[in-house]
Amino acid sequence: MRVLTRAKLVAWLAALAALLLVVAVAGLGLGTSGLGPGEVIDALRGRGSDVAQDIVLRIRLPRVLLGGAVGASLAMAGVLFQALLRNPLADPFILGVSGGAALGGIAMLALGGALGLGYGAVPPAAFAGALGATALLYALAGARTRFSSTHLLLTGVVFNAFASAGIVFLASLAGFAEGASIFLWLIGSLASARLAVAGWVALFLVAGLACALPLARGLNALALGEEPALQLGVDVERTKRVILLSTSLMVGAAVSVAGLIGFVGLIIPHLLRLVLGPDHRLLIPAAALGGAAFLVACDTLARTLLEGRELPVGAVTALAGGPLFLVLLRRHALRGGLR
Amino acid sequence: MRLGGTPVLRGVSLAVGRGEVLGLVGRNGAGKTTLLRVATRVLEPDAGDVRVAGRPLSDFRRRELARALAVVPQETSVPFPFRVSEVVLMGRTPHLGAMAFESGADVSVAREAMAQVGVDHLADRSLLEISGGERQLVMVARALAQEPDVLLFDEPTAFLDLGHRVEVLARVRALAARGRSALVVSHDLGLAARFCDRLAILADGRVLADGPPAEVLTPARLREGFGVEADVMVGPDGAPVVVPRASQPGAC
Repeated sequence: MRVLTRAKLVAWLAALAALLLVVAVAGLGLGTSGLGPGEVIDALRGRGSDVAQDIVLRIRLPRVLLGGAVGASLAMAGVLFQALLRNPLADPFILGVSGGAALGGIAMLALGGALGLGYGAVPPAAFAGALGATALLYALAGARTRFSSTHLLLTGVVFNAFASAGIVFLASLAGFAEGASIFLWLIGSLASARLAVAGWVALFLVAGLACALPLARGLNALALGEEPALQLGVDVERTKRVILLSTSLMVGAAVSVAGLIGFVGLIIPHLLRLVLGPDHRLLIPAAALGGAAFLVACDTLARTLLEGRELPVGAVTALAGGPLFLVLLRRHALRGGLR
Repeated sequence: MRLGGTPVLRGVSLAVGRGEVLGLVGRNGAGKTTLLRVATRVLEPDAGDVRVAGRPLSDFRRRELARALAVVPQETSVPFPFRVSEVVLMGRTPHLGAMAFESGADVSVAREAMAQVGVDHLADRSLLEISGGERQLVMVARALAQEPDVLLFDEPTAFLDLGHRVEVLARVRALAARGRSALVVSHDLGLAARFCDRLAILADGRVLADGPPAEVLTPARLREGFGVEADVMVGPDGAPVVVPRASQPGAC
């Protein structure tokens, strides 16, 4: 009988952290001017040539940190929404938080110029949109005495559809330059990386992790259903509310700076569940580390795949994640795991 | 007890003694599931109380209650491939702190629970891979791992074949013999009469009858409780056998 112990948990997380470290060093070294791992580590310690230090610390580090924070947030949000909705196909965007963020961000992109606001006003507007969507979701789905997962899901899906209509409307009002920005935002990009921005996303990531980890065992019980979880002594309503709010804020922060980077929140939880099993005590922190490594790797590819040009990272995650997901889905269906 | 303003249970008074198996029968909508929900505080009653070991339910904290009462649901599906051992260990949830890992003692409780219902050979299989009957036995093991005084079964055999029905109910019987109390909601009058010490018929939110199966199952009670014309015979083991008539009044 296999049992998850603290030692096993630590060993897996250490392995994933090592993977993340390797990917991060590669991400700091690779680019138009390639640096070896030794040069990267020297630069991080404040040694080596000024040029190398400049490239690593000022150009690439913010981007790797942002990629890590966004990837961790999205993958963890995937795990948490899947547990909350008891649906392995849920992703961080399913509850409409992304739709709210997109609407807020794109409204600012399309109309901000007329108000004299620059590009820097986009992330705060997007975050405001995410907050609005979360508040709406909470009010609508929580209006009854208890939260129904179906109700949450339907509210999110309808809100996303509504937000898409709003985005199309705004995009058709916008000029050519704004249109290109809107496109970049919809597919997701880490080009806006600055240290302060990465710190902002990391703040919500840490808060989300702190909220979710103590509820991990309750989320395991929730897999049996809400009533069985309640009968196991789990405070189901509180669990759902805390996860819904903290995760929505985490997704909102990530989306507001990086746009709608798809597949991270779907593929990483699935991949890790195949390897580590579904126990949320391990899966939640593992998804944070795995998601960070995946997105940093994808962003490194996005920066280096085309000579002198950059792909939006969302295109790379979709190109890598789409086929991978179909393969997983097929394996899953063959094993009778999906219903 | 009211649901959406409609009274569902009225003046129900039932007691299960230690080591006793009480069968709860009645037609659909009679209030059986509601009664179980009240008993586990999924729903709060408008009036009246439920006592476990003499203590009113409202005195219990939720986790504490989960250490006294365990429920085996009608059917279980999980969205993720949890292993049988992991599901049985979930029964330890009310005994463990939020961040704690299962100790050796928790693992041996789970191991023993699996051995008691005969699912120990399935420990490392995924809950999604095993049959419905095996899954139901795993849920009995999970309930046992809670180490409760009282076990509540909500139509535990509704989706099982005859062999698994008999197996699940025989396990319930054996658990009661070791001093646990059990309340079994069932639609299978024949099996309920065979495996329960007492039967109670619930009709329109009231207890219509409560007593030994042979006294409770009479044609008059079946007419009143289920709206069914039936004969009651005595089986070879002395337990009553209900034989519904082919022609029912009001049927076309």
